[in-house]
Amino acid sequence: MSVGPFLERLRRGPAILGDGAWGTMLFSRGLSTGDAPERVCLERPGLLTEIAGLYLAAGAEVVTTNTFGANPERLALHGLADRLEEICAAAVASVRKATGDRAWVSGSIGPTGSLLAPLGRLDPAVASAGFARQAAALAAAGADLLCVETMTDLAEAELAVRAARVAAPGLPVVATMSFEATRRGFFTVMGASPKQAAVRLAAAGADAVGANCGDGETMAGIVREFRAHGDLPVAVRPNAGLPTFVEGALVHPETPEAMAARVPELLEAGVRLLGGCCGTTPDHIRALRLAIDGRG
Amino acid sequence: MDLLKELAENLRLGEDEAVRAGTRAALDAGLAPGEILRTGLLAGMAVVGGEFGRREIFLPDVLLAARAMQAGMEVLRPHLARDGAPEAGRVVLGTVQGDLHDIGKNLVGILLRGAGYEVIDLGTDVPAARFLEAAETSGAGVIGLSALLTTTMPRMAEVVSLVRERGLGGRVKVVVGGAPVTQAFADGIGADGWGFDAESAVRRVKALMESV
Repeated sequence: MSVGPFLERLRRGPAILGDGAWGTMLFSRGLSTGDAPERVCLERPGLLTEIAGLYLAAGAEVVTTNTFGANPERLALHGLADRLEEICAAAVASVRKATGDRAWVSGSIGPTGSLLAPLGRLDPAVASAGFARQAAALAAAGADLLCVETMTDLAEAELAVRAARVAAPGLPVVATMSFEATRRGFFTVMGASPKQAAVRLAAAGADAVGANCGDGETMAGIVREFRAHGDLPVAVRPNAGLPTFVEGALVHPETPEAMAARVPELLEAGVRLLGGCCGTTPDHIRALRLAIDGRG
Repeated sequence: MDLLKELAENLRLGEDEAVRAGTRAALDAGLAPGEILRTGLLAGMAVVGGEFGRREIFLPDVLLAARAMQAGMEVLRPHLARDGAPEAGRVVLGTVQGDLHDIGKNLVGILLRGAGYEVIDLGTDVPAARFLEAAETSGAGVIGLSALLTTTMPRMAEVVSLVRERGLGGRVKVVVGGAPVTQAFADGIGADGWGFDAESAVRRVKALMESV
């Protein structure tokens, strides 16, 4: 079975199920926390194919590439900036090897990790060029869409979306930010609201907008706000709760069942793309699959 | 008093030039450097910390206030030293191995220095052993650990066990903080303290220093 055009499905039919976490999956398979996760693309691509296969088998229709930090700023910290294209190519190929055309391969684009000038030192033009390089590399490697994710600075998110639009004109762009609940509503730590994000990310050219890397409890409310302030399809990928340390291991406390129990409210709120972020596993995705299919 | 109130307010607003000038004006008016620090700069920063904790303001506002705090401290520091204000103690600070985020850690460093501590900032991506070396050679009473990535949080546990292994548990306390780090996590790894935000991290350091 081949997946059809992503944008069409984003607008019509059942909500799309994405995959779960990659970083925590890699670390649970022995990746040292001192390494750049992107180094795995070069050195152990088979591990990525294995994880992609697990998510596909769990029912994911979108599988993400291990390229969250594959921008020149972050790669430079590990001496890998000149291997960006190679990393992106290997990341897409290793996922594609598992999915074939049975899932969309989504090229992950995370934040630079640096603050943009004037607040920080990163020149917006440099950040933009880096995002363009990453988007072009993912597109050339055969990604089906791009996901700009875990953004907290709306200006940086806009730069990434615009750069992706120009550098990979054929690919849909999903753009999500990390919000938290405050007494005055939902905001990123940099102060962006879902309303601002809905308006500005749409203007920047995103095809879908929403939230990731946040508390599952906040997601339905965030979806409703995005829907109230724009007409783009909304995507969410919550975490499996905040991590705690149990018997020497990092544990994300939210069970697949607890996560799946939120699905009816999310669908009711109008979510069109649903997946998991930090701490979610193929078990979480399987539970979401059953819930979306109405079998949960 | 009004000079210091204005200083605190300008710090809250992140007006670094006004804070620099206000600190000079307070010194010229003959106010004690310690008083300028506590009632002016730190009072302003405490308001900022509280407002950020309640998310009435956001990270950009805190960073601007921290920049203003630094501007004030540049003017004040030589006078504080001359004033003979005793060093409150030494703190080794850093972001754990594998994690390159330093915004939160830097804020904590600014506040600690402001509170009179000598801060040995090891930067980011710091291996556990280096925290221990720095604490041992400097005689620091507290090691402060920062992590933003959930994947690097286990590195905090390494530092805590290394402190134990070397039999330093009585003399060196470990305080942890960072966006994904909770009290439950801190308890789980056996850390001595947890900072919800930069303000509370400094409060924990203060309490632990007094207990060491």
